[in-house]
Amino acid sequence: MTRRIDCDVAIVGGGLVGSSAALALRSMGFSVVLLDKGFCGAQASGVNYGGVRRQGRPPEQLPLSQRSHAIWPRLQQLIGIDGEFLRSGHLKLARSAADMASLEHYAADVAPFELDLELVGHNQLRERFGIAGDIVGGSFCPGDGHANPRLVATAFAAAAGRAGAEVLERTKVTGASRTFEGFALEAGDVAIKARAVINSAGAWADSFAAAFGEPVPLERTYPSMIVTEPLDPFLSVNIGIEGGGIYARQVTRGNVVVGGERAAPLADSDFSRPRSDGVLTIMQRASELFGPLRHAQAIRFWSGTEATMPDRNPVIGPSATTPGLIHAFGFSGAGFQIAPGVGEVLAELVRDGRTSTPIDAFSITRFSPASQPGDASQAAMTTGSKETSP
Amino acid sequence: MAERASPLIVGAGPAGIRAAITLAAAGLRPSVIDEAHACGGQIYRQPLALDGRDDRARYGSDAAKASRLHRDFAALGTGVDYRPRSLLWNLGDGVADVLRDGVSQRLSYDGLILATGATDRVLPIPGWTLPGVFTLGGAQVALKAQGCAIGRRVVFAGSGPLLYLVAWQYVKAGVDVAAVLDSAPLSAKFNLLRALPLAPGIVLRGLRMAAELALRGTRVQLGVSGLRIEGEGRVARIVYRSASCEHAIACDGVGYGLNLRSETQAADLAGCAFRFDPRDRAHLPVRDVSGRSNVAGVYLAGDGAGIAGADAAEAAGERAALALLEDRGLPHDPPRADVLERALATIDRLRDALEAAFPFPSHWAAGLADDALLCRCEDISAGEARRAIGDFALTEMNRLKAVTRIGMGRCQGRMCGAAAAELLAAQTRREVGAVGRLRAQAPIKPIPLAAGLSVDERQHDPAH
Ligand SMILES: Cc1cc2nc3c(=O)[nH]c(=O)nc-3n(C[C@H](O)[C@H](O)[C@H](O)COP(=O)(O)OP(=O)(O)OC[C@H]3O[C@@H](n4cnc5c(N)ncnc54)[C@H](O)[C@@H]3O)c2cc1C
Ligand SMILES: Cc1cc2nc3c(=O)[nH]c(=O)nc-3n(C[C@H](O)[C@H](O)[C@H](O)COP(=O)(O)OP(=O)(O)OC[C@H]3O[C@@H](n4cnc5c(N)ncnc54)[C@H](O)[C@@H]3O)c2cc1C
Repeated sequence: MTRRIDCDVAIVGGGLVGSSAALALRSMGFSVVLLDKGFCGAQASGVNYGGVRRQGRPPEQLPLSQRSHAIWPRLQQLIGIDGEFLRSGHLKLARSAADMASLEHYAADVAPFELDLELVGHNQLRERFGIAGDIVGGSFCPGDGHANPRLVATAFAAAAGRAGAEVLERTKVTGASRTFEGFALEAGDVAIKARAVINSAGAWADSFAAAFGEPVPLERTYPSMIVTEPLDPFLSVNIGIEGGGIYARQVTRGNVVVGGERAAPLADSDFSRPRSDGVLTIMQRASELFGPLRHAQAIRFWSGTEATMPDRNPVIGPSATTPGLIHAFGFSGAGFQIAPGVGEVLAELVRDGRTSTPIDAFSITRFSPASQPGDASQAAMTTGSKETSP
Repeated sequence: MAERASPLIVGAGPAGIRAAITLAAAGLRPSVIDEAHACGGQIYRQPLALDGRDDRARYGSDAAKASRLHRDFAALGTGVDYRPRSLLWNLGDGVADVLRDGVSQRLSYDGLILATGATDRVLPIPGWTLPGVFTLGGAQVALKAQGCAIGRRVVFAGSGPLLYLVAWQYVKAGVDVAAVLDSAPLSAKFNLLRALPLAPGIVLRGLRMAAELALRGTRVQLGVSGLRIEGEGRVARIVYRSASCEHAIACDGVGYGLNLRSETQAADLAGCAFRFDPRDRAHLPVRDVSGRSNVAGVYLAGDGAGIAGADAAEAAGERAALALLEDRGLPHDPPRADVLERALATIDRLRDALEAAFPFPSHWAAGLADDALLCRCEDISAGEARRAIGDFALTEMNRLKAVTRIGMGRCQGRMCGAAAAELLAAQTRREVGAVGRLRAQAPIKPIPLAAGLSVDERQHDPAH
């Protein structure tokens, strides 16, 4: 039998974006249904590298990133666990003089945002951080850090549930359409009426956007991750490299997580697995950079499905075709740090139709300059086999 | 026409060896990779160094089969590309990643027979990580491969035919075996009567072993529960309940196990579909009677695809090889295939009876003490797992892993996964088949980071 739910806001996708929006909306008193086709926090938000960094983001992301930055240390009060968040600092390394110059440029560019970046020379790298290898210098952002992704989004969704949101897992939204009063959503044997809908469906968000007349050039990417057995502590900071390559952090238990390269999708392209040559490359680079890794064992490889936009900026903001629909996806490999702030912004958009944080750069209209607001009541979508019902 | 690559066989136990012999006889030159230093697999494992014992002393009544298998495999000579001490750590499209002597190599193949065997299944009990406690298989390996015992006065506990077999082998080797503590009640053993007509030799041999154990002064106790191992820094005694009384037996070694579990990671990485098998209480790769998986060119044989024992492994290895030959358009001997399938069907019925006679004590999971260590790699107790299951309303294995780290350590759930599934099922009042299975990830076993040296194909990821 079909179960009917009436709510203020339906959120499609319980990653960190959708879950944190659900919690923020509940604290404003909205009734919320949070839907996930699998489990909340089991996709990108739950399997990512765990980097919580502002350094390296383009300036247009920094106001939002700063907003998030203020939330991370408050996780304990907000969701009941600290998510193993460590304000370890993020150290970005330069392998050449040119890379160092671009770190210097970046530091100058983002000076107004008060990231407190500190440029560090070769000798200091060795003395303060124990970094060996052919590294020219680096840029240190003391306020950045890392956290355990497996816990954070799951705990946001659980906290939203405790706060009164209806959390429906293993419930895939297969149809959504604009109706006179709002939206009608179909998800298995659940039919939902909502006044507003948030599209936070991660790497699956493009089909929803397209169904409402807003196609986007979303590409799925699959970063590869490896983790070592627990080792004695040797790496106190979250490491990145200018120009890419690898990134690495050591968790309190001693395991070192190293990311880089691209994995390959499986037959079911919702899932992916690292390629052997990719992980071997990561392993090689990691053991060149960190002496203690040379004799360590790698115990697990994994990957996740990320939504990447061509300009590497997310899509955040109201739909241009459909009033009441708000998009938040396409975080392009860097949505973990920023998502808790995005959740608050989405809640403000629902409540006020606007937000105090600048998000113009992330408008969906940037991909379709010609798009005009259409007849919203006509917009409808089906991503599954089911027909939409009004 | 371009020459096709050779088939690859993973595992040189009875299943893998029979498969290799069959393929070689048809003119193919398969690659055979195995982690062990010599062929034989678990049951016919060879010693690390010559220790003066002959096959009769090492393998008992299985000596003839062991010798024949070792000899037949050796006789293949250069007819196979045999790679011992080689770990398969990943599988891609027609390419295997193999670690040997610390170096990773890629091996192309056309046709894949997975004969990866089984390892012990355990449910944690208090004290199971104390030094001096071994799995039943581990206790047997110590005897077979190293010629040493796990203690001077030992107790074997758990369930399964291996329980009696290993105890008996220890007694034969002159070790003081204080007791065999069997979780199954006497009523379960009546199922052996069902097994008798199917395999009189095996059943009678088992009964004779039990009788000999009792004769030599080993206490054989059925229907035990509440097992716990105690000692300061190492095993000093094992405590158990029987007929609602608690008993303790002093000992310095314990062999413990609850039957076996299939090694299915390679099948998972090869893309095989899985189904829950109620008899093995495990998710197993799907295969038909010939050993074909749902993935074209991937075949499954032996205990790695479902527990059936050494004789079944030999038959299934040969049968899978015939299927591979047929699919490759080579002569493949259909009458022989029929004979093998019939033999396997009989063993399958035997397995039903044996499993009923040596059942897995699934009721132990609910009573598992909160302070018992569930995941020893990540140091997670049963109590911590139960708390997480409650706090996050967990119902699925991969979520349990994500939230608690169970199955995320060195063993990747090979040791703790079955136990965690039992606990999750008991805690959420579900069938164990309904809580899902841990998705396998490479590497199948840990590999050194230095194995990554010398790679040419690279891409840069500018993110992060
Ligand atoms: C391997 C990897 C490493 C990364 N490392 C970092 C890092 O170090 N730092 C960082 O800041 N970012 C990192 N990222 C990026 C970050 O993880 C993502 O940007 C962020 O988690 C995106 O959150 P999300 O909620 O949009 O997406 P997701 O977490 O993917 O959530 C989307 C959810 O929508 C659900 N869904 C989809 N379709 C439907 C439907 N039809 N009905 C119901 N539900 C649906 C999905 O099941 C999913 O749970 C990484 C990403 C990956 C994959
Ligand atoms: C410790 C132990 C002792 C046993 N003792 C007995 C006994 O005494 N009597 C009895 O009837 N049954 C015994 N069994 C049951 C046993 O599983 C079967 O009898 C029989 O050995 C199964 O044969 P197989 O060829 O399927 O697998 P196995 O004999 O287990 O052979 C599998 C081989 O594959 C190799 N392998 C697996 N994965 C990889 C990988 N990723 N890379 C490289 N190599 C790999 C292993 O090293 C192993 O050599 C025992 C099982 C165990 C675990």
